[in-house]
Amino acid sequence: MKPLLDIRDLNIRAGDKPLVSNLFFTVQPGERIGLIGESGSGKSMTAMAATGLLPPSISVSGSIELDGQQVVGAADRVMNRLRGVAAAVVFQEPLTALDPLMKIGRQIAEPVRRRLERDGRRASKDVVQREVRDLIDKVALPQPERIINSYPHEVSGGQRQRVAIAMALACRPKLLIADEPTTALDVTTQAEILKLLDQLVRETGMALLFISHDLPVVADVVERVIVLKNGIAVEEGPVGAVFGKPQHDYTRTLVEAARLFDEALGATGS
Amino acid sequence: MSPVETSVSTRGQRHSLALTVGLALVGINVLVAVLTLLWTPYDPLNASGGRLEAPSLLHWLGTDRLGRDLLTQLMIGARTALLVGTGAVAIGAAIGVSLGVLAAFATRLADDVMAATLDILIAFPTLLLAMLVVAASDSASLWTAILALGLAISAIVARLTRILAKRVLRQDYIVASRTSGTSWAGVVLRHVLPNIWPTLSVNFALQFGLAVIAEASLSYLGLGAPPPNASWGRLLQEAQGTVYTAPIGAIAPGIALVALVIGMNLLADGLRDIADPTRGRSR
Repeated sequence: MKPLLDIRDLNIRAGDKPLVSNLFFTVQPGERIGLIGESGSGKSMTAMAATGLLPPSISVSGSIELDGQQVVGAADRVMNRLRGVAAAVVFQEPLTALDPLMKIGRQIAEPVRRRLERDGRRASKDVVQREVRDLIDKVALPQPERIINSYPHEVSGGQRQRVAIAMALACRPKLLIADEPTTALDVTTQAEILKLLDQLVRETGMALLFISHDLPVVADVVERVIVLKNGIAVEEGPVGAVFGKPQHDYTRTLVEAARLFDEALGATGS
Repeated sequence: MSPVETSVSTRGQRHSLALTVGLALVGINVLVAVLTLLWTPYDPLNASGGRLEAPSLLHWLGTDRLGRDLLTQLMIGARTALLVGTGAVAIGAAIGVSLGVLAAFATRLADDVMAATLDILIAFPTLLLAMLVVAASDSASLWTAILALGLAISAIVARLTRILAKRVLRQDYIVASRTSGTSWAGVVLRHVLPNIWPTLSVNFALQFGLAVIAEASLSYLGLGAPPPNASWGRLLQEAQGTVYTAPIGAIAPGIALVALVIGMNLLADGLRDIADPTRGRSR
């Protein structure tokens, strides 16, 4: 099967500073992959490179094939046809990822309308509105009428992230890139959003590239993980094997840190 | 969501006064301007009254030194002022916003060149720039004055648009919107323009007021609308020689001018709060 995302010998540099070096990995259709590492390890850079949205000051070399299209060096016009269709992104901070002056209903309607027009269907107001309602139901947002007519600052952080997920789903992408989607949320909300993402990915059968620094979070939703350190992949494999028997020192430290944190939490908590 | 509702209502109360007064002042002006198209107390060219008559039942604001009804002149002056303000701001907005958005997307070099050019244009006094344009054209007319003021405004609007657009383009939601496949044109129309509009609209109202004053100044200097078009600026100039014997001739257009400019500024303040729903939220 042709991989959905095929990254070969990817190098990302900001001036002289290497951010990602010699990275290889693939995401098959429907596959769920975790990209983990601490902040500054190049995880998000890799994700932005995959959608061709790195700022021009950052140079990319190597090969990124997204749904059969070479991304590195591709014209923006070409990439724009791919964005949303091949891959959509959910970001870390849902407040800044939503337009503050656009009502939520309209923000979700935009990608819906674009997809309908791409598919050559008439995007009538009724059809779009119905899809927006469906999406809001799908991400389990309460009081759909109120949410549709609210501005992003009028709803809670968890609800905003659900809106962001609904917008990504509205594109019906083959690959969902989730860039630390739970990091900015409190712990209970984190668990809910994770459950929702997990359920939606299984239902729709889309592939998932889950980016996080948080091992337990990643372990719950993905099948395979890639561990990044300073822009270099240090370990890769099925999630159980990597976390159960980490081969690389760095992975071992990460696993150990997560275990200690859990223990500390268990000792002080309930 | 009671907290939201509370903040909205206090915001409404706090700004309703500015908005009401602004709307009233500008509204009266618009009404008078429209009325002059249908009716004025006298024919504006009819010089049948006595010279410099004091206000009376026949001539509510008296007559000017040619015996024309001052109220009629003042009413037609309102039309001129609105025409100048609207025309100049429309020209300034069309050119300025387009240039500003283009500059925000331009390469580093093109952006620097454009920014420097705009800075030089803005450093040049608006009135002087307008006088140059009027002087360069064959004859002074209302339209050359509007065009000249529009060009001067466009430089200010372009610089503001460029800065605001650049700030919006750096926001996360632009990247987020791009990842879902929004084109640059779509980003400008759906995200950039709506997000810079609250600030721009306030600036437009401000420029409107300045354009009205600048046109009055041009007319005062004899570079605005040529007679017999009535303009507050020319009324002021004509009243200059007789300001001690018939002060109403200078006071009336002066008050009209100040009222319209203050009205526009108050309206701008009120409109900004309506245009930006995130203002006034409790933080």
